[in-house]
Amino acid sequence: MSGGVDSSVAAALLADAGHDVVGATLKLWGGDSDSGCCSVSDVDDARRVADQIGIAHHVFNFTDDFDASVVAPYVAAHAAGRTPNPCIECNRHIKFGTLLERARRLGFDALATGHHARVDGVARVDGGARVDGGARADGGARADGGAQGRRLLRGADRAKDQSYVLSMLAQAELAQVLLPVGALTKAEVRAHAAGLGLRTAFKPDSQDVCFIHSTAGRRGFLGDRLPLHPGEIVDADSGDVVGTVPAVELVTVGQRRGLGVAVDGRRLYALDVDVDARRILVGHADAARADHVAVCRPTWIDRPLDSGARVLGQTSAHGRAAPCTWRGDAVVFDEPVPLVAPGQTVALYDMDDTDVVAGSVLAA
Amino acid sequence: MAIYLDHASTTPMRPEALAAMLPYLTEHFGNPSGSHSVARAARLAIDEARDDVAESLGCEPGEIVFTGSGTESDNLAVLGAHAARGGSVVCSAVEHHAVLLACRALGGTTVAVDQAGVVDLEALSEALHRGVGVVSVMLANNEVGTIQPLAEVVALVRDRAPEAVVHTDAIAAVPWLDIASAARGADLVSVSAHKFGGPKGVGVLVVRAETRLGPVLHGGAQEHGRRPGTHDVAGIVGTAAALTAAVAGRAREVPRVRALRDRLADGLLAAIDGVTETGSADGHGDRGGKVAGSCHLLVSGVDQEELLLLADDAGVNASAGAACASGALEPSHVLLALGLGVAEARTAVRFSLGPTTTEADIDGALALIPKVVEQLRR
Repeated sequence: MSGGVDSSVAAALLADAGHDVVGATLKLWGGDSDSGCCSVSDVDDARRVADQIGIAHHVFNFTDDFDASVVAPYVAAHAAGRTPNPCIECNRHIKFGTLLERARRLGFDALATGHHARVDGVARVDGGARVDGGARADGGARADGGAQGRRLLRGADRAKDQSYVLSMLAQAELAQVLLPVGALTKAEVRAHAAGLGLRTAFKPDSQDVCFIHSTAGRRGFLGDRLPLHPGEIVDADSGDVVGTVPAVELVTVGQRRGLGVAVDGRRLYALDVDVDARRILVGHADAARADHVAVCRPTWIDRPLDSGARVLGQTSAHGRAAPCTWRGDAVVFDEPVPLVAPGQTVALYDMDDTDVVAGSVLAA
Repeated sequence: MAIYLDHASTTPMRPEALAAMLPYLTEHFGNPSGSHSVARAARLAIDEARDDVAESLGCEPGEIVFTGSGTESDNLAVLGAHAARGGSVVCSAVEHHAVLLACRALGGTTVAVDQAGVVDLEALSEALHRGVGVVSVMLANNEVGTIQPLAEVVALVRDRAPEAVVHTDAIAAVPWLDIASAARGADLVSVSAHKFGGPKGVGVLVVRAETRLGPVLHGGAQEHGRRPGTHDVAGIVGTAAALTAAVAGRAREVPRVRALRDRLADGLLAAIDGVTETGSADGHGDRGGKVAGSCHLLVSGVDQEELLLLADDAGVNASAGAACASGALEPSHVLLALGLGVAEARTAVRFSLGPTTTEADIDGALALIPKVVEQLRR
């Protein structure tokens, strides 16, 4: 329970359905932050909502884990010129890692969150993403040894769908994950909260990375934790130096805004970030597209796809999923897509754009 | 009914205290600073309470200052003595945050403790010099129960920093030690009512007659100006009644609770692998350096948040460390000062016993806690 409306309603729906529910708020960040799920007033909101719906509430201190498995890798990735998605890493390591393990030890049957996505109990075998409709690629892919798999689907409210940041889940987690608000629109969630008189009913959505202070920003956060180096901006076509940036570590591949350079009256995009050489390679919009992304260690919702499978690939939390072909170590798009920075995630969906099939961090 | 083993956090109000308080929450509502008959009735109650508290703590009534909490007493002692006396401030590394952070606010230094939590007298000696104005060392530690050698601390201060004021936080010691003798040498002594069966929201600071305190709060002339603010008459009356009862029962209560505590600690050590005891315990049942109600354990491989949650579900109320503003447990500064690492500190759990603890409570805890640990380690 982050203290937001979605997890408030998730808890209320489960309690109302007769489950024995206990609320938990994670203290993830000890540092200075004014957004996300770690501020004292958010914890107070979660506790008060738990009181309102009549469930126990606990605060779990996962700051050490969060620092080690989310913040430190985030800083290290930027130092190497990559741009990771810390929310996905938090979901992977903390919410559906450390917290799920704790829930199991404490004897809970399931972990519920307020994410807008749906978990469906029946495996999908009728075409769609699965080209073979049958045998698993290997015997060890599923933790449950062959029981019917669970599906992870987009949330009912497509504008609020968060399945992208859950694309790192697999059967081992999904077997014990409940996403009660995924079947509702955001408006329905707020209406339900208002109907119950929950104090979080009209609380604004959180938008930012929870550990980064909105005024100091990413620059302030990273600047305190790693040396930032100025670099030159090089035009990929001409090889000319066309500008400078104050910190190469803060430039993201695919970025246009903030570079402040244009050639022939057209704004340029970052094509490559070379931290060691202190160099940003830039080019025009057509150069800032790629027809494939290289992936490493994908996680599969159910079983791995065979190379050649047709899927939809989504490369940002609220981006559009585009038709592509799975090639084992890469996703090849039918039409070139805007460049995606190394460290970002591609989520694969079935051709109906409903089921998550896999998630993978992009290789450098 | 839960098995309540968190008396060091707070303990149930004694019936004597509640009975003494009720008239002052109803008919005797006067402000004791006034002069008419209704005010005088309240004034009389404060005066009598002051006499009783002074007798229980072995000091003169004029040396008693009533405050709003143990934390306020500690702050008044450290900040007030520093305001009057100046000089630098020294405290032990295992002080309650009320002392530790007050000292830190004054740029003070902390003195190390040994593995048992006993202040290192050599380190203290080195920290002392003629420029030291305030020294604060607690009588007994609230987390691990270690009793400090206060008489030796006082002697050292008188020798090395003769101008310094000595404060002792006796809050965790009152139920178990005779404060009149144990804190005899200290110039300032903090006490908190709810730790011995009085109401929450009342503290006492003993200020020896010759000890000057600068103002911390500014206002009226209550408590001779040392603590302005309208008296909590009922709270003060309840504090006196509870303290009188606690002191009267101490000779009988301490050995009874000590035997229960030893049975709990020995039982858990025997029933659970990988349990170690902290504080002044030699691991063989000698807990002479700890207060009688304290059982503080490290349970290897078990996270304290999980242990406390399942213990609570099973009906055993215990605690660990200090909570931050969000309610999350932070690694205890006391345990870190004992030389434990952060990971070890997160395995700590405190069971603390009190006047209402029964044999049946200990039986229950000994039956339930090993099962909880077994589940968490599975």
